[in-house]
Amino acid sequence: MADTTVQSAPVAGSSSRPSALKKFFLHNLSAKVAAIPMVATVLVVFIGCTIWTIYYSFTNSKLLPTGKFVGFDQYERLFATSRWNVSVINLLMYGAMSLVLTLGLGFLLAVLMDQKIRFESAFRTIMLYPFALSFIVTGLVWQWIMNPTLGLQGTMRNLGWTNFTFDWIANPRMVLFALLIAGLWQGVGFCMVLMLAGLRGVDEEIWKAARVDGIPTWRTYISVVLPMMRGVLVTAVVLIGSGIVRLYDLVVALTNGGPGISSEVPAKYVYNYMFSGGNIGQGLAAATMMLLTVLIIMVPWAYLEFGGKGRK
Amino acid sequence: MKKFAVVAMMATALLGSTSSYAADLEVTHWWTSAGEAAAVAEFARVFEEETGNKWIDSALAGSGTGANPVIISRIIGGDPMGATQMNTGRDAEELIQAGLIRDLTDVVADMDIDSFYVDQSLLEPCKIDGGLYCLPVNIHSWDWLWLSTKAYEKIGQPVPKDWNEYVASWPKLQEAGILPFGLATGWPFSGIPGVLMSGIGGSDLVLKINRDKDAEAVRSPEFRKVAEALDALRKVVSPETMVPSFGDVGTQLIEGTAAGNIHGDWLQGDLQVAGAVPGKDYECLPALGLGTQLTGGGDSFYFPVLPEGTDPAVIEAQAQLARTLISPEAQLAFNLKKGSMPIRTDIDLSQANPCMQKALGLLKNGLLPSGDFALSSDTQQQMQDLNTEFLDDDSITVDDYIERYASIIESAD
Repeated sequence: MADTTVQSAPVAGSSSRPSALKKFFLHNLSAKVAAIPMVATVLVVFIGCTIWTIYYSFTNSKLLPTGKFVGFDQYERLFATSRWNVSVINLLMYGAMSLVLTLGLGFLLAVLMDQKIRFESAFRTIMLYPFALSFIVTGLVWQWIMNPTLGLQGTMRNLGWTNFTFDWIANPRMVLFALLIAGLWQGVGFCMVLMLAGLRGVDEEIWKAARVDGIPTWRTYISVVLPMMRGVLVTAVVLIGSGIVRLYDLVVALTNGGPGISSEVPAKYVYNYMFSGGNIGQGLAAATMMLLTVLIIMVPWAYLEFGGKGRK
Repeated sequence: MKKFAVVAMMATALLGSTSSYAADLEVTHWWTSAGEAAAVAEFARVFEEETGNKWIDSALAGSGTGANPVIISRIIGGDPMGATQMNTGRDAEELIQAGLIRDLTDVVADMDIDSFYVDQSLLEPCKIDGGLYCLPVNIHSWDWLWLSTKAYEKIGQPVPKDWNEYVASWPKLQEAGILPFGLATGWPFSGIPGVLMSGIGGSDLVLKINRDKDAEAVRSPEFRKVAEALDALRKVVSPETMVPSFGDVGTQLIEGTAAGNIHGDWLQGDLQVAGAVPGKDYECLPALGLGTQLTGGGDSFYFPVLPEGTDPAVIEAQAQLARTLISPEAQLAFNLKKGSMPIRTDIDLSQANPCMQKALGLLKNGLLPSGDFALSSDTQQQMQDLNTEFLDDDSITVDDYIERYASIIESAD
């Protein structure tokens, strides 16, 4: 609606003003037309649905989004729920460990792969293979491996090591590490490939210069090459980070939140209350809190990353 | 949102309006295990034989937590099926209030259903604002203590006759290396507190808490006994000894590696498929051998309002299916296979096994509303979270449990 009025205004106006507006719309018209679907998607799907989500998190909607406005009631209940609080702490711990280890191991593997080894493409394929599996398959595979009576522990005990213990999946204190193992197994290969691409993008001249200056190889990697890979690092962090926030399917397949509630995550809480619990208001309040957390981390970072350049 | 739904509904209506004399009726349900599939096939057989219509079977995996959301979103999204099974209870309450479910009052008007339904309370969730929106087709109860004959042979004791004897036998079982209580991971634990409540706490307590949502009843000494029993139970189960599914517990009972289990009557289907005989391989104690009444819910059929332009033959087929499901013939064939209790008393159940006979005896005392039946799915989800946490985390004391249970009941709608 607004668009048409704005567009028609210059046409209706006199020719004395070949207005800036007209120029704005006609300049590079085909590019603007091509961008319309994307802009519409952003406005409707991302922004529109986000506003819808936030609005209904302030209502007492049950199965259908029809509830009355109840202020912060849903949020009060949310923060009084121990399952939610455990979920948030779990996600923070899993997220920190997963981010650091995925990047660290990914970089290390990429560096090893960069040593002009034989059968590089074969190794690359093997490392990347787990990424081709969904989290559900990953979770189920590791569930069997880590099952205390049927998996690794049972096998080792049957082979004679009767004291062998690997029961992380059934141990509330260690279950997050069980999740981490499966998550890393799935995700490190992809990070490695990204990093390897970054390493290959570094000019050979830099290496020559470093060698002439007599800088050790490890030092060149850390002090020279790594800072030059900034773009790749940012990509990797964004991809890993978004994977962490939406962590859901791995948990469902591997532990289903157990033992007890010790491996619950926020996305699972949202799903459970929206669908099986039939409480949209509560689910959306939890979803809004997830969004808020992401924004709290993303906004300062985006400001530093993109805001700085504008001023330069 | 609403406009989109209308457009979607019209689109499906146009696509779906192939007119033929005998109608195809799509029926969704989550009866996917071997015994359940055999039971639902009986409904389909009777329906097709009696009416000449075709039953299009859409079984959905995942039961109450997996299939139920799919069914609800199809109805809300404007792609309703001809008929669907759901649990008897409050899951569909809002769908009914939103006018998405067909009123069956006229369909069954001449059948006088009030006269043959075994317990009037079963129909309560279906009766909203004077209409009748669903038909319960069976009664399921959680209130069963299953005991392994073999486990008690091993320790040389008679099989317990009630919950107290069973608890007293735990130390001896543990000495012999037998699990006192077999348990599957996940949802099976969430049904157990309700069973303890009706068996140990008694009928009054169940009515006060589940029906009247009386938080003071939760703080009463009767409920404390229930919480203490649950506390004793969690001490003899541990995550390492849990098995993946409730069917595996059935195997443990038959093998005698676990002595007992509390689980709904559908466990019996698995026991029978494994060839176990009640009285010989396993014993069943309804209401823990203490109570005189069972809590129960079950399954109901709902008939969504079909979009405008639907072939009238399909709408007529809905009505015919509704009448078929509660007919004596279909009820008998279905419930014998399903292992559940029929909703009508005027049929001959002499073929039912001893456990089912016991249940039918208790059913004469009237049915108590189970948590599944009387509480909203939101409240049920909160209860499940609390129970899951309590089972695993010993730092939550009996007092904490009671207080948190009471606060959930206080805020229940």
